Amino acid sequence: MATKLCATPGEALRDLRERGIIFDGCTVMVGGFGLCGIPEQLIVALRDTGVSGLTCISNNAGVDDWGLGLLLQTRQIRKMISSYVGENATFEKQYLGGELEIEFNPQGTLAERIRAGGAGIPAFYTATGVGTQVAEGKPHARFLPPLGKAGVNRDAFQERDYVLETGLFADLALVKADTADTFGNLVYRRTARNFNPMMATAAAFVVAEADHVVNAGEIDPDRIHTPGSFVDRVVKTASVKRIEQRTTRKA
Amino acid sequence: MPLDRDQIARRAAAELRDGYIVNLGIGIPTLVANHIPAGIDVWLQSENGLLGIGPFPTEAEIDADLINAGKQTITARRGAASFSSADSFGMIRGGHIDMCILGAMEVSESGDIANWMVPGKLVKGMGGAMDLVAGVRKVVVTMEHCSKKGESKFVPACTLPLTGRGVVDMLITDLAVFTRDRARNRFVLREVAPGVTVDEVRSKTAASVDIPDLVSTVLT
Repeated sequence: MATKLCATPGEALRDLRERGIIFDGCTVMVGGFGLCGIPEQLIVALRDTGVSGLTCISNNAGVDDWGLGLLLQTRQIRKMISSYVGENATFEKQYLGGELEIEFNPQGTLAERIRAGGAGIPAFYTATGVGTQVAEGKPHARFLPPLGKAGVNRDAFQERDYVLETGLFADLALVKADTADTFGNLVYRRTARNFNPMMATAAAFVVAEADHVVNAGEIDPDRIHTPGSFVDRVVKTASVKRIEQRTTRKA
Repeated sequence: MPLDRDQIARRAAAELRDGYIVNLGIGIPTLVANHIPAGIDVWLQSENGLLGIGPFPTEAEIDADLINAGKQTITARRGAASFSSADSFGMIRGGHIDMCILGAMEVSESGDIANWMVPGKLVKGMGGAMDLVAGVRKVVVTMEHCSKKGESKFVPACTLPLTGRGVVDMLITDLAVFTRDRARNRFVLREVAPGVTVDEVRSKTAASVDIPDLVSTVLT
């Protein structure tokens, strides 16, 4: 069985420009929530490819000196599609200066757009954002909410307004797993899973970094979150796993 | 005396029922976790992918892979489950969360809420707030009744960009508690803070609300 394992993050991305997989102006999905579960070493490697004018689809934008903040510092990002970008002064400066474009999506809509894109669904209706800025200019329709157990859905027997949102698909996805095998099967850990599984399905080329890499066959098939067929390359990294808000209680 | 932040949180916690799946926002809503009534078991959902938030970790328990939606380190309680953001928001959008408690800058008399764009400040994004108010079965808002300038934040129509339209079920402020009758699309004044009169609430509320003969006092 051919292995998808690369020696370093740099090697995992090195030939992607000459192969036309990434290019100036391409779209990249980057997993993570805050700094939790970000493909941190692949972000550094993406910076080092020098690719620019990127549209980055990622829930957040990192902090000034880590995560996607690194690509903001080097001005390689032209547009972000995110739900929240609070923790980043570089972002703020470039946005106010008109260098950076931002498209805010509600977090669940962002997650579902990525899931839909990966699942071959071009668009879907959601109640999220109806009556707000994010629904302006988009097609609407009225439906009965899906009926579950009586009372599960609010106003279950009344039609509601829904807005049409489109699926997202990228040129490249960078994801972070806890464990990968050499075929690309991935297992995530705790809340570091977040956007990674959907992003692994929603790009033409997918690279995963993992804390642990094992041989194909060593992960119980029932424990695999992302089947290896979605993943093109795997790299083992020693993650820094920076913490944004260290909150503790007394022992 | 108007309610303080903890008293507002305690009043919100009185809405919890045994077995509820609940999502708490940032600010006063986070304090609700400290006031869960005895004998009630509540499962806290974190929209970044955890059902069953436990207490903050000890220094030795800190796990960078385990955070809440405010990016704080947390623990998972026994029986907790972790899942993707798509599953998490499927849970939220699909009506599988019993209640959410969140803060607001404005609430309108028809149940609109504005809480994601602060006037005069750079927009940071709505995060999961729009999904929560659109999908959760009961939406409870906690906020100060008036702005620092003394203007009512409970208004006829929101002036700030909306987070959701016609979604708020209950409003708990430092002065009063209101519930919204969805069928009639009207808020009703239910309780006033101890020492606060109905007239004072009326004078400080720009929104048009129903005021029944019987208005009780918030238990503190």
